[in-house]
Amino acid sequence: MQSRTSKRANAVTGTIPSAHPYMANSVPGIKEQMLKAIGARSIEDLFEQIPRDHRLRRPLDLPEAIRSESALRRHLLDTIRKNGSCEENLSFLGGGCWQHYVPAICDEIAQRSEFLTPVWGTPSSDHGRNQAWFEFSSQIGELVGMDFVGLPVYSWGCAAGHAIRMASRITGRREVLIPRSIDPERLAVIRNYCEPSEMASHIVIALVDFDPRTGRIDLADLKSKISLRTAAVSIDSPNYLGIIESEAADVAAIARKNGAETIIGVDPISLGVLAAPADYGADIVVGTTQPLGIHMNCGGGAGGFIATRDDEKYAREYPTLLISITDTVKSGEYGFGLSLAHQTSYGLREKGKDWTGNSVYLWAIANAVYMALMGPEGFREIGEAIIQRSHYAAALLARIPGMRVLFPSGFFKEFVVNFDGTGKPVSAINAALRAQKIFGGGTLSKHFPALGESALYCVTEIHTKDDVERLADALRRAVR
Amino acid sequence: MADDTKLRRYHAAVWDEPIIMTMGHPGRRGLVFAEAEPEIKRTLGTDAQSLIPAAMRRKTPPALPEMSEHEVLRHYLHLSQETLGMLGINLFGTCTMKYNPRVNEAVTMRPEVAELHPHQDEDTLQGVLEIIHRFDLILRELSGMDQFVFQAAGGADAAYTHACLTRAYHAAKGELAQRNEIITTIQTHPCNPATAATAGFNVVTLMLEENGYPSLDALKAAVSTRTAALMINNPDDMGIYNPEIKEWVRIVHEAGGLCFYDHANFNGVMGKLRARELGFDACMFMLHKTFGAPKGGGGPAVGAYGCSAALAKFLPSPVVTFDGSLYHLDDDRPQSLGKVREFWGNVPQVIKAYAWARAMGADGINEASDISVLANNYMEKKLLAIRGVSKSNPQVKKWRMEMTRYSLGTMKEETGIGVLDVQNRMVDFGVDAFWLSHEPWIVPEPFTPEAGELWSKEDIDYWIAVLERISQEAYANPEIVRTAPHNQAIHKLKTDALEDPRRWAMTWRAFKKKTAKARR
Repeated sequence: MQSRTSKRANAVTGTIPSAHPYMANSVPGIKEQMLKAIGARSIEDLFEQIPRDHRLRRPLDLPEAIRSESALRRHLLDTIRKNGSCEENLSFLGGGCWQHYVPAICDEIAQRSEFLTPVWGTPSSDHGRNQAWFEFSSQIGELVGMDFVGLPVYSWGCAAGHAIRMASRITGRREVLIPRSIDPERLAVIRNYCEPSEMASHIVIALVDFDPRTGRIDLADLKSKISLRTAAVSIDSPNYLGIIESEAADVAAIARKNGAETIIGVDPISLGVLAAPADYGADIVVGTTQPLGIHMNCGGGAGGFIATRDDEKYAREYPTLLISITDTVKSGEYGFGLSLAHQTSYGLREKGKDWTGNSVYLWAIANAVYMALMGPEGFREIGEAIIQRSHYAAALLARIPGMRVLFPSGFFKEFVVNFDGTGKPVSAINAALRAQKIFGGGTLSKHFPALGESALYCVTEIHTKDDVERLADALRRAVR
Repeated sequence: MADDTKLRRYHAAVWDEPIIMTMGHPGRRGLVFAEAEPEIKRTLGTDAQSLIPAAMRRKTPPALPEMSEHEVLRHYLHLSQETLGMLGINLFGTCTMKYNPRVNEAVTMRPEVAELHPHQDEDTLQGVLEIIHRFDLILRELSGMDQFVFQAAGGADAAYTHACLTRAYHAAKGELAQRNEIITTIQTHPCNPATAATAGFNVVTLMLEENGYPSLDALKAAVSTRTAALMINNPDDMGIYNPEIKEWVRIVHEAGGLCFYDHANFNGVMGKLRARELGFDACMFMLHKTFGAPKGGGGPAVGAYGCSAALAKFLPSPVVTFDGSLYHLDDDRPQSLGKVREFWGNVPQVIKAYAWARAMGADGINEASDISVLANNYMEKKLLAIRGVSKSNPQVKKWRMEMTRYSLGTMKEETGIGVLDVQNRMVDFGVDAFWLSHEPWIVPEPFTPEAGELWSKEDIDYWIAVLERISQEAYANPEIVRTAPHNQAIHKLKTDALEDPRRWAMTWRAFKKKTAKARR
């Protein structure tokens, strides 16, 4: 049928000589059959709706196609091998993205085609996935002590942004108090959610000092800044500097007294050893999901969650998808369905609660697998391992001449190391570490100039005693 | 028509799988961690608990399941089997179901991607930065834009990026307080008005007129000195292309607004037109849709956002740049809108999309849009021959683009069977349910299939045959459709509890409390 096959492509159908592995109908003959069935002369005719002067008048200028899977793989491998990974190097980077062990089963389940490739089906054809989502929410609920948990959002910062907007709608107030110790990336995200001052619905972000001796929120400064204008106090524990906010219950009490909501941000991997935020007064809990069985993926592992009490005051402000257990028509059989979907942007467009869309739902399943593997003992064990290993590292590093650990107690997995006494900037220290295949802690000087030449070190369950000693040895040489 | 297509005898896996919160046995373990070495304990001189401030120690362990490793694996494998998940045929409109090449999964699972930290030194990230930059160049060629960023974690997040960029642009001109309106159309995806509103703008929505799109007069009446931007898709989900779009852009520009092209429906126009040449200032591509990265049941996703050189200074930070020998992360951009999400994007998804674009090449991408539009019109011809099926805007006689919106309004009137019933019945044949329509429904009982370039003609014929069978059932034996599904993991859902605060339960702990209360 391809009587007019040109050198490159058939003029009628555009078919090029060999069928493409991703396109079943690129095989010769099929397009002709379909054209015949609809009575069209050529594929070009089918684009009749697009005016001539809208059309691109030349072929696309793209790099040459690599149709061979083997050649494509080689090209990708050749390129990604230019990276130096945290597996090949010894990394102490943290700050919103953390290297934890990812159990093999998390990857196995997240790679299942049934979970990996699709979008939506029906409650019955999506039953397994819906149950996995419900198990995500249920297990997060146990960790944070809350009964109402939404499906995940893009990141911790996005969760915090939505939570602040929820609090603003609930209280009718337009100000949020946040400690200065917040992760600067997270704050940058929150700033966008709170809108610039020109906007009518702008939410003022007032920063509260942190205690320079402890790294914890300064309660006196909080008291001086909170008022009846405050919609929410939003703190993270552990905070960006690694510090457990041990006066969080006081923060919540101060907020409550002023009619403000308390938003607590958590790293859920800490919750086998740290108190559930519901137990010290949280109204809205947010946090990251990345440590729960998701690779760092160069930051692409980020994910966030929002949890509250099962109270309509909160429930009716959720922007997220919500999955509820319910019955089917068969007695004794349960299923799952979307709840309160009408209040999302899918249901109400601009009148919906903020917006929702694709998020990180595949990772919610990997998170569910992770939490189930861990159980209560696993979370206790990993929490203790992290806290012991990080404190051991801090102790070793503090002994090195010229180096100080700024907040030497009350931290979880990250701590601040100050190099002022060495006379060297963090950049020089980290360059020296790099030569030893070590990624030192991230510099804090840009966002926390008051901390001097300081770096944020992260130690998790993956770091052995030998790893920490190797770091200490390398630092000892680097500061000389 | 599809009479010679034999429908499969299909039944989904039924595992009757318990909720994981009810499984396991006290003391069972799925994962254990090495205890701290004796040297660590000696150095610390205290136990782990005493390193935690007393007020913040956990008193009651979380009530999580206690299971062996294999039990957890088997449970989630069962759940995966109780998910149809595109193992049959899935023509889910607006989502452009594609093959997700597994070689890309294998490559991005490697530690050279999975175990990267976004704050590593640039020289240890040259591989990913190179791919991001090369893919940026590919998207520039496809759109005519001058710079892309990948921070937005989905199409909606890219729309939000545009709303934030619009703020930054007008703020820089000192006009933000005055320009507080974003114009969109009723057929543009809900994320556009929703993100515009979240960013603080008032939304002006234009309704469709006779030709299937809003009129120029309506647009002219809507623009003013308050206009901040236009956010629009084209073609829309009915497969109708607005041929006046260049004039739209001109009018909005003249009023001082920015124009954003939501390329949700790019599959039908890939290689056929370029957003910048139509005059748009910015556009968005969904890498998990059009570019072959997997959807994951709703992410991780990427909304690649690109704009003109004039707007590039407002883009979220960082931007990946290339100096001719090395790649950089440029974070020193004082006019940047800041961040819409931490870090710089779902990097593995960008790599997968790059790999897809390389595997397709210019000819492949062009052919994919050809096949998509051809397959849609082929499907349309056959679907309209099925009893009870009509299409939206029948007065628009031209060939539709890569999607057509249909209606089962007639079937509903004649049999009582509507699109929700048909969805439930479709999955009895091993094909995924069709997509209906975004809100609001502007035709009764809408559905929107999209054939795309992945599915074979045989697949499309099978899918049509399923719909034909269901139509026959609806007219001859509607009960079988009304009570569907019959061959699925579970039966039809009872939905009344989902909206009832006394009964809804988003977690197992809430469910336990509510059922205990109901029993009392």
